[in-house]
This record gives sequence, C-alpha cells and structure tokens, in this order.
Amino acid sequence: MPRAQSPRVKLQGIRKCPTGIRGLDEITEGGLPRGRATLVCGGAGCGKTLLAMEFIARGILDLGEPGVFVSFEEPIGDLTANVMSLGIDLRDLSRRGLLAMDEVQIERSEIQATGEYDLEGLFVRLGGAIDEVKAKRVVLDTIDSLFDGLPNEAILRAELRRMFRWLKAKGVTTIVTAEQGERSLTRHGLEEYVSDCVIQLDHRVRNQIATRRLRVIKYRGSKHRTNEYPTMINNKGLSVLPISSLGLSYPVSKARISTGIRRLDAMLGGRGYYRGSSILVSGSAGTGKTSFAAAFADSVCRGGQKCLYLSFEESPEQLLRNMASIGFDLKRWTTRGLLQFRSQRVTMYGLENHLANLHLWVEEFSPSTVVMDPVTSLVGEGLSDEVEAMLTRTIDYLKGRGITAFFTTLPKGGVQHEGSEVSISSLIDTWLHLRTFESGGERTRGLVVIKSRGMAHSNQVREFLLTDTGVKLRDPYVGSGQVLMGSAREVQEAEDQDRAREAKQAFERRQHDLEGERQKLEAQIKAMRLELKNLTEEIKAASGTERLRTTRRSQERRQLQISRKAD
Amino acid sequence: MPDSGAKRRSKKAGKPRRASKQPRWDLRLYIAGRTPRAERALQNLERICSEHLAGMNRVVVIDLLKTPHLARGDQIVAVPTLVRNLPTPMRRIIGDLSNTERVLIGLDIRAR
Repeated sequence: MPRAQSPRVKLQGIRKCPTGIRGLDEITEGGLPRGRATLVCGGAGCGKTLLAMEFIARGILDLGEPGVFVSFEEPIGDLTANVMSLGIDLRDLSRRGLLAMDEVQIERSEIQATGEYDLEGLFVRLGGAIDEVKAKRVVLDTIDSLFDGLPNEAILRAELRRMFRWLKAKGVTTIVTAEQGERSLTRHGLEEYVSDCVIQLDHRVRNQIATRRLRVIKYRGSKHRTNEYPTMINNKGLSVLPISSLGLSYPVSKARISTGIRRLDAMLGGRGYYRGSSILVSGSAGTGKTSFAAAFADSVCRGGQKCLYLSFEESPEQLLRNMASIGFDLKRWTTRGLLQFRSQRVTMYGLENHLANLHLWVEEFSPSTVVMDPVTSLVGEGLSDEVEAMLTRTIDYLKGRGITAFFTTLPKGGVQHEGSEVSISSLIDTWLHLRTFESGGERTRGLVVIKSRGMAHSNQVREFLLTDTGVKLRDPYVGSGQVLMGSAREVQEAEDQDRAREAKQAFERRQHDLEGERQKLEAQIKAMRLELKNLTEEIKAASGTERLRTTRRSQERRQLQISRKAD
Repeated sequence: MPDSGAKRRSKKAGKPRRASKQPRWDLRLYIAGRTPRAERALQNLERICSEHLAGMNRVVVIDLLKTPHLARGDQIVAVPTLVRNLPTPMRRIIGDLSNTERVLIGLDIRAR
C-alpha cells in the first residue's frame, strides 16, 4: 500500500451499513459494521428474527442492497406471512431477484454421525444464494440449530469460524442471531467468532407487563451509545427509541397560551403558560385536575392549535360528557380535528410502549400540545425511577419539538401535600397544586401556584369552583388574618356583614342621640334668647318710664315754680 | 462408483419382497468436490454396501459443486452426507462413514 494513503484510510474508520430500522442507526451512529458480522442475541421472543428480517427488507426497499435470509428455525412460508403484516412482501422481493431465502432444516433424529465432516453444503447454499441476487446483506437466523442438530462440536466450531471468515471475504454485511445463554451472551459462545458488533435484545416482564430493550454491547472500532434503549414492535416493525440523549439544548419560546381559566392567567403574570413549557397539575383525587386539563385543551383548540389528549383513566366519551357538564364543549374540537383523544389503560403496555405510542401519535398528528392525564397511573406499571426516566424522556422529546406538555399527577398516599410522588418536579416549568380543604363538614377546592419559571406569579391560595361555565377562581378571602374557603368563608362573610350592620346601626343610633341633644340645646338656646330679649325689652321699657317720670317731674316742678312765681 | 440396479427411481418401497433384484435401498451420497474425505466416504460406502446390502441397493453420488441447487432441495448442510431415501423413513448419516458400526445403526441395518 502506498504510504501516502494509509493515514487517510485510518482516519475513515470503519464503514457503516445502515439498518434502516428506526432508531438503531442513531444508537450505532450510522449502522452496523459494513462487510462484517454482527451478532444479535437475546432470549426467545425478543425480536431477533424481526430485527434481522427488517435489516434485509429495509436494505432492499430503502437502500437498494439485495439480501439473503437463511432461516434455521422458521419455515419461509411462516416468515413471509409474519412480515406481511408489516407491509413487507417477501415473495415480491424474491420475484424481483432482490431477495434469496433459504430454509435449513436439521432434524437431529434423522442424523447419525460417523466421522469427520464439514459444512460445505451450507457454504454451497449460501454462496449460491449470495451470487444469485448479488447480495450485500446476509442473515443467518438462529445459528444455534446447527449445534442442536449436528454432532461433533469441535468440527462445527471450526467450520463456523471458517464461515465467518468466508463471509467477511465476500464483503457482505452479516447478522447472525443466537439464543441467549444463561451465563454468557449466547448459548454456544458464538460471540467468540462474531465479535465486531454485538447487539442484545431483551424482553423482560415486570408487574406482568412486558417491555423490550435493546443494547449495543460491543462495537469494535466505533463509537456507539451504550445504554439500554426501549424498543417496540408495532405494525411498522421494530423501533428503537434513542431519546434519552436530547440534552438541554432545545429552543424556548416567549409566546404564551392561555390556561383557559381567565383568573388563573392573571395569577401567572397575566398571560398563562409558556408555549413549549412543561406544566404539572398535581392534586389528590377529585381536586379537579382533569378539569384544568380540559380547560387548557379547550384554550389550545380555541387558538386553532392541535392538542393530543392521552387519557389513562377515562374513555374519550366519558371525558367529553364530563367536561361538557362543566362547560367545556370539547366535541366541536374533535370533530374539527383539532383535538385527538387517545385513551388506553396503562396496564395495556409497558412503559416503553406508551412512550413509543406517544412518539407515533405525535409524529402522525403533530400537535402543539400534549396532555397526559394522569401520568401517575404509570407509576403502577414500573418502579418510579423508571417512570421518572420515561417522563424525562417524554419531556425532553416534547420540548425538543416545542410541544407544550401538560401532565396531571396524583400524589400517592392520598392527600399528601406537595410531595409529588413522581419526582419530576425539577423537569416541570409550571407547577400548580390543587388541594381540598376539609372544614365545617365540607370539602372545598383550592389552588396554589407552587412554581412557574420565568414569570411573576401569584402566591395566593385561591379557592375555585367547577361551575357549569368552566372553572372559576374566587376572590381570596383574607379577613381576620386567615384564608377561608367554602361555606366557612360565607359564614365569615355573613358574620362580617352582621357586624358591619350592627356597627352602622350603633352609629346611627348615636348620631340620632346626638342630634336630639343638639336639638335640645338649640331649643334651650332659643328659649334663653327669648328671655334675654324680654329682659332687654323690659329694661328698655323701664328706662323709658323712668325718663318719662323724670321729665314729668321736672315739668311739674317748673309748673310749680311758675305757679309760685319763684325766680 | 456403484450405481447398481435399474433406474427405477419412482419405484416405491411398498413391495420390496417381490424380487431380490429390486433395489430395496435407495441411497444418495452428497459430496462437495472430490476431496480426500469424499473419497474416503465413497470407499467406506462401497464396502458397507457390498458387505451388508449385496445387490439390493442403488447409490447415487451427487457433487454439490456441480449441482449446487440440490443442496437446498435436499436440505444438505454438512458433507459428506449419506441420505437413505428408501426405505422410509429418511435417514441421514453425516461424516466420512469411517465408523461402520454407526453407519449400520444409522441405516437401521443394526438395531440401535
């Protein structure tokens, strides 16, 4: 090899062969090692054959690479029928010369061993099939049967080793499936021969619910993701969900969406939730969580946006009826295609399937908002750390797509306060807690905003009512230094009114009394004034009389003088 | 190559006792090229046939390198493989037939 070229070849790394299976190429960062063999191991029924078959079929359909499928276990007719339900027509592919299938039957009961042998028969068949369609991909599904059917393991192992070398020399990308062993990856230690890439499938049952996982155990010469990834099989085939790696780099929006409850908007800085944020409404049974969810769904649809509503407890009809009773006519949104209900019992699937279903629906419907009511139902389905992991993935996934996520949750153990059983609180942007207050022989509903990132929000505990025109928040009663709700509040209000009335009456009475006194005083003043006037007049009269008398007397004197003729 | 007996391939094994010339045994030996192991198997087979099946057998040798499609049709994985087509049920004997005792057991000539 020329020296100048070798560094470039080195830098290229190994070439990859995309599988075309949803998610698997992401985990393996491009696909399986091209021109080499990959071991897919796992227990019975974990999807080995399907994975291998999809590898071949997608290779032909999507990537134009013909393939050979050698089945050691299942008859070809069965295989064809099985994948027909995934929309893959193997017979058509065979007719078009893109697929060669071979069925290797080995009946141990028919076989007697007498001395040395080799697997040239298999080589001939495999070689013939590869040449026939010019195959780039080969699957050997499940090679364990050889061990069960053929004697002399030493020869068999030597022959298998020779076969993998031979396949590598032919430059085909191979998947070999093998049963999982008790202690080792495979029952017959095949990982010894096929060691470039090992993928493990797992199908475990917990709480009677099966979940599938996939893990890339080993990938020589390539970076790959090492976690276990939830996997599901549905009518589109196998999907692996490589979502836990989204990280925290999603775009954020400043746009707001109304909560659907006018006065709640006011509590959240006046304009409601952020678009693309995650909202949690917690509260014990019967606090009205679903009503808040319905209010929000209604508000989203009112704005012409699409909303996906996952209900884990109620059927769509029941929800529609119940929400109509409190004034949310959600039916019109479903008929207009803005609102989609998906009801399923949590126990129907494992967590992974729920998550995978969510993905499918979100991809199909592309909603702006997803409501999950309530997520706590899922807790029964797995350990809560699994639920937490799943919700983290869900939130990451939805946030990554700018979808608003609305969850309701029911704290375990009844009326616990603020202990969100699923500790997803740190992932939540806006958290409303609904509580009931029991006093005076009744329960009333109260609402508090525990947190709301990025907006000023009210810290008041507010009472709310579920009326036939929606959720109504009431004014907070904050008299006498405490918050009162329900009829306690009404009693208090009535008492307050009485007290006010009494005070007013007392005041009026007093005013009346004072007025009387004033009037009395005024009357007195009037009388005294009169007396004074009389007195003055009397004084005046008296002085007039006196003057008159004096005048008269002087007149009389003068007349006397005159009469006496005095000088 | 012992290819004794008439070429009545369609003859069923239902009436074997009619005449001793009729091949009661229909055997096929699959090989892939004339390898030493294949030759060994052939010699062993010839010997066993003449010793135990005198004239009652027919052996067809099939070289998979010349007729590869037969590997698939007859479900051959390992070579050499000796297939007993007749009498039914079908038996397969894998290997170079060096252990005569086991070949006889495999062909149901000797009790298991």
